Amino acid sequence: MSLPFLLEIGTEEIPDWMIQGALTSLEQHLANLNIRARTDATPRRLVARAERLPERLPDIEERITGPRKTAGEKAVEGFARKQGVASSELSVEGDYYSYLRRTPGSKMIDVLAEALPAVILKITFPKTMYWTGKGGPRFIRPIRWIVALLGDEVIGFDVASVPSGMVTSGHRRLGAARFPVTIGSYEERLRENFVILPAADRCKRIEEGIAALGVRLKPDPSLLETLVYLTEYPTPVVGEFDPQFLELPEEVLITVMRHHQKYFSVEDESGHLAPRFVAVMNTNADPEGLVRRGNERVLRARFNDARFFWQTDQRKKLAGRVDDLGHVTFQAKLGSYLDKTKRVVSLVKELGGSEHAQRAALLAKCDLTTELVKEFTELQGVVGGLYARAQGEPEEVWQAIYDHYKPESMEDSIPRNAAGQMVSIADKLDTLRGCFGVGLIPTGSRDPFALRRAAQGVVKILVEARLALPLLDLLGDDSQLVSFFEDRVRFYFRDVRGFRYDEVNAAMTAGWSDLPELESRLERLARIRPTPDFEPLAASFKRIKNILRQAGFEGGPFDASLVESGPEHELFAEINRSAGQPIETVIGGLRPRVDLFFDKVLVNAPDPAIRANRLAMLHSLLEQFRTFADFSEIVTNS
Amino acid sequence: MASFQAIILKLKSYWAERGCIIQEPYDLEVGAGTMCPETFLRVLGPKPYRVAYVQPSRRPADGRYGENPNRLYKHQQLQVILKPSPGDVIEQYLGSLEAIGIDLKQHDIKFEEDNWESPTLGAWGIGWQVMLDGLEVTQFTYFQQCGGIDLELVPAELTYGLERLTAFLQVKDSVYDIEWAPGFSYGDVRFQDELQFSVYNFEMADVEALWKLFALHEGEAARLLAAYPKSPEKQRFPLLPAYDQVLKCSNLFNTLDSRGAISVTERVGVIQRVRKLAVGVAQAWVDQQEAAQ
Repeated sequence: MSLPFLLEIGTEEIPDWMIQGALTSLEQHLANLNIRARTDATPRRLVARAERLPERLPDIEERITGPRKTAGEKAVEGFARKQGVASSELSVEGDYYSYLRRTPGSKMIDVLAEALPAVILKITFPKTMYWTGKGGPRFIRPIRWIVALLGDEVIGFDVASVPSGMVTSGHRRLGAARFPVTIGSYEERLRENFVILPAADRCKRIEEGIAALGVRLKPDPSLLETLVYLTEYPTPVVGEFDPQFLELPEEVLITVMRHHQKYFSVEDESGHLAPRFVAVMNTNADPEGLVRRGNERVLRARFNDARFFWQTDQRKKLAGRVDDLGHVTFQAKLGSYLDKTKRVVSLVKELGGSEHAQRAALLAKCDLTTELVKEFTELQGVVGGLYARAQGEPEEVWQAIYDHYKPESMEDSIPRNAAGQMVSIADKLDTLRGCFGVGLIPTGSRDPFALRRAAQGVVKILVEARLALPLLDLLGDDSQLVSFFEDRVRFYFRDVRGFRYDEVNAAMTAGWSDLPELESRLERLARIRPTPDFEPLAASFKRIKNILRQAGFEGGPFDASLVESGPEHELFAEINRSAGQPIETVIGGLRPRVDLFFDKVLVNAPDPAIRANRLAMLHSLLEQFRTFADFSEIVTNS
Repeated sequence: MASFQAIILKLKSYWAERGCIIQEPYDLEVGAGTMCPETFLRVLGPKPYRVAYVQPSRRPADGRYGENPNRLYKHQQLQVILKPSPGDVIEQYLGSLEAIGIDLKQHDIKFEEDNWESPTLGAWGIGWQVMLDGLEVTQFTYFQQCGGIDLELVPAELTYGLERLTAFLQVKDSVYDIEWAPGFSYGDVRFQDELQFSVYNFEMADVEALWKLFALHEGEAARLLAAYPKSPEKQRFPLLPAYDQVLKCSNLFNTLDSRGAISVTERVGVIQRVRKLAVGVAQAWVDQQEAAQ
């Protein structure tokens, strides 16, 4: 017989962004018990359900070996007595008496009662707390109730002094505080008590609600997801704000709405910001408009603050704030942002940055001294760019300031103009060189200065803006920084761009200082890879490399007169023909001749002069492609 | 319409009915109700405690000369400590909002993650900001550590922003327009205070004199803390006065900060100095309480 299973861990409000990870962890711990559960959650409950659990685990059979079959009756009886059975129940297997002990499998309900407390407390969260007293269990927020059912029966256990049962809790104000459930009625009873359990249904309710409001939103999937996990019964409501605030930059308005109030922004038909917003309530309706008006008032106050900061900041131009950066610490050992600014400006110059790029580098960090950025730190750069525009800086300069933190992720775009790309690269390189220089090197998951993101950003800009800057020269002789970057370059081409790992290895071994050039080699390599002659040739190259290594050969003079006619000469002539030709055109000619050479010619000729000459010829063949790729890195099937 | 003071009275009686001692504000300048000995020291140790009090809280850098409708140099917090936190603490808290006339079925209430931390007090906790129709009205924290010490019993700390709650209930856009008592607005009672302290904190506070005061209070606290381990009669040793000196340092630090007298680099160092004293008092206090048993 099989039984359905339900576990609901009732908690106080769990942070929205931790919920999905917790569910994955819960699924894994249940999978360790051979329970394939599907999970759901709201802020106040983590839920796992499974359809068919066996009522019992399978019986366990164990054969216990007794005395030899030649043993006396007493010994046999003694063995049987010890097993608690009559001698007649023993059997003879081979030369021995033995007893097949059958232990009935445990009842699933007992297994679960034993295992679930640990399953619950092992759920991983980025941060946990204790609440029952020092040394007590830790969880993300206090556990307040537990529903644990197998079929109609309660699976009995305690976690953090909370006994399991069949009583759950509804929405904090619209639902009943305590009501019993069965597995069959669970989801429906929750819904009657204003808890929509499936996240997909909450999402749908928000989307349909918004559609019914007749407004056009700026799409924002991650905010939507946040709101889905911040509510048990979401209902969108539309509010308005004074159109006068639209004179503030959209970036500022959207940040206030999104980051500070979790509102969706609304667009008009032409895609411009409209003086409206959508808030998502954790309740069923707002018939009197109280919630709408409350949110409108809060937003008005926030916008007033932003306007006040905007106006105050305008009294002092960015250019007048450069010296103030001396009071803003970049990093204790690396000085102030003024020091950093000076370094970045000179690096931009060194890299051949334009006048505009240098100007942008000088002003890029000045917004750190503005009230608006102090209030909305996530707008650093953007605010500087907006102020620079308002203060009449050339378009290329203000855009460069605006963009210079980009790309903030691998999905983000690179700065839109050359000056911005230059400032962004110089700023990030300065941070990387500085931090590595004073030993602030990321380890494992610890990367407080986001150096991985910075290095990844440099790589992305160099490639996508096709900037042929000598990256290795810029990294200097810090071997840790060089290998850190090597990893970032490899990650970029392999994981972001999707090149095969052996192609990336092959191309990078031939050099990775000029990234656009590396990219074009990779693209060519990927194109010739499927051609029929490529992999066999690559296999031969690997063989050549091994031969040279075993011979300890690192180059030497080549004498054409020592070349024997036949396969050796054919290869020699082909190598000469292919010299300086693009790889694509020479593979077809080289492959059969290399094969033939290895088939017919003994590299390790008895005459040392001939042997050395053949090694020199093979060496020159490898050298010919040294700057393109190291083919011996290619993993072949042969 | 409930006045500012009527709301305070209702909240106090609500918590009094739930076993809280109703304390009066601490008589020194503090940045938050958490800093009062009634919270900072009482949360330490194994003794249960329940207390509620209004604490005027001074944040010099937030002063706006009485011109900003939402920002104040000094605002009033209602601080509630429930040690240990009861299992229905959130329900009790929501009940307090209903007690002051907020029908939560008509409003939107959300608990959004907001973990509180005070580097100067070596204290932190896990909790939420409670959002009422998009307005943060309360900070709700389960204390985990105070003075760098793991707490024996985990208290719930509820900090109500009284001006905000009142503005919400009275539907006022400016804090200065809320009615404090019949016939008296918040502005009538507090405007001069906001204006003059903004002028002092931003323009006239004598930086050199404040640094001297800081050093004096720091020295006095440090002197007492150094003497405590050698004290023959631990129970009568003046740790509470030592803590007053720490509070003085904290407020002077905030004032110097608002005056722009502390560079970012220095900032960390000064916070460390105050923290060292606060942690010292907390540790000595735990020791003194244990000695008393």
